[in-house]
Amino acid sequence: MEPATSNSIVSLRDVGKTFDSGVVALAGLSLDVHAGEFVSLLGPSGCGKSTALRIVAGLSAPTRGAIEWPQGRAAKSATGEIGFVFQEPTLMPWASVARNVELPLSLAGTGSGKARDAVATALAHVGLEDFAAAFPRELSGGMKMRVSIARALVTEPRLLLMDEPFAALDEITRFKLNNDLLSLWQALRRTVIFVTHSVFESVYLSQRIVVMTPRPGRVFAEISIPAPYPRDERFRTSADYAGYCRQVAETLAAAMEQGA
Amino acid sequence: MKKGMSERILRVALPALLLVIVVAAWDAVVRLFAIPAYVLPSPGLVFGALVEDRALLFDSLLVTLGLTFEGFFLAAIGGIVLAMAFNQWRLVEYSFYPYAVILQVTPVVAIAPLLLIYLPQHLAVLACAWIVAFFPVLANTTLGLNSVDHNLVALFDLYKASRWQVLTRLKLPAALPQILTGLRIAGGLSLIGAVVAEIAAGSAGAGSGLAYRIAESGYRLNIPRMFAALLLLSLAGVAIFLVLSALSHLVLRRWHESELRAEN
Repeated sequence: MEPATSNSIVSLRDVGKTFDSGVVALAGLSLDVHAGEFVSLLGPSGCGKSTALRIVAGLSAPTRGAIEWPQGRAAKSATGEIGFVFQEPTLMPWASVARNVELPLSLAGTGSGKARDAVATALAHVGLEDFAAAFPRELSGGMKMRVSIARALVTEPRLLLMDEPFAALDEITRFKLNNDLLSLWQALRRTVIFVTHSVFESVYLSQRIVVMTPRPGRVFAEISIPAPYPRDERFRTSADYAGYCRQVAETLAAAMEQGA
Repeated sequence: MKKGMSERILRVALPALLLVIVVAAWDAVVRLFAIPAYVLPSPGLVFGALVEDRALLFDSLLVTLGLTFEGFFLAAIGGIVLAMAFNQWRLVEYSFYPYAVILQVTPVVAIAPLLLIYLPQHLAVLACAWIVAFFPVLANTTLGLNSVDHNLVALFDLYKASRWQVLTRLKLPAALPQILTGLRIAGGLSLIGAVVAEIAAGSAGAGSGLAYRIAESGYRLNIPRMFAALLLLSLAGVAIFLVLSALSHLVLRRWHESELRAEN
């Protein structure tokens, strides 16, 4: 097996996960993620893409294979090098927006002055400066997800992991958040691993799409989307976009067939 | 808006109307059948006893309320601390939980006379109040601590939160609604526990609480005072419930679903 290339931020080497129940969620996933890259894991539900993300985050241990951090280990040695956005906003309902965003810093014991600045910056990134004192239940679904993204960004992580973050939102809100996420990514240059089951969303956002097979999950194909950034609504209606979507959809269909 | 207003007026007016009807019927029955006061006193006599014996009755009320509050306070602390210990150390839960259940399912009326043998009266009454009140706090707090959003647990895990941070910053706040439910139930139960113990002690030793007054008035066939004391006990129970409900509302109103009005 070839060593990880020097600009990889994280490399998965034949990573497998079998749950105690005997269910094989991942059967040998190998993947290099490069620094600054926007990569999507695309596959049907049950293909282990969320499991892969949790393993990268260190929330779950692989039952075989290894994870390498060529630029220094992020997951275990230091907190705040990884930001995680869940499918649901996962906010503490008893805490204000600012307190929710501040959580990673306060758990690490960051001084309050420094934390306040970081929270303000993170909230500004997602356009919620005016909602610092609001409580989660006062916000719409899209705004809650923005708070969740701000919380993931507040530690200025090198790697941002997103687990189908926009799947539960309506299409108009999802498109808006797609655009905002791309602007953020271009401004901050973080590495993003984005899990989705939407062909259209993965093509719109990613530089590279990793198509996975269902049950057990492994990499079926990698497709690069060379369309230039910034991408906007014009890209969404372009012939290029339609072409990429067809290519990815066909690959996904082939992956499903192989898995079945 | 208008519908909400009339709804609220109805919710106050209907029970008040029912009260007036029942009291009037009670008075009419007593007059009509000329029932003697030692069998069923008229509402007027009960009210008279309440006014006449107010010094005695209010002193007794304070004694009972004091015991109830002490029992409730100890039950709240005991229930919450024990639930936290259960949550942190499974072996503690396995060891103690069955006995907590046994303590709960054994009728307190049956335990009270035994406690009165082994403990001074004040402590025995306190113990009864504690025994009946602590279990709902324990059970509800345990439920709350165990039903935390698993993604939030993963988030705390991701940021390397310590066990203490997970408990104090995540599990306890998440369990607040259930803890407050437990406390609301415990408030009423600790009054019941105190009353049961006082009644059990009534025939045995000197007491001065409201329940003791009821027992004593019963022996003396002072039925109006019995009713007056009973009325005060009910009012005390209602007051405890209202205070704890208000506390729950104050704590949860900013964030919890149960406090969410259908405003949009």
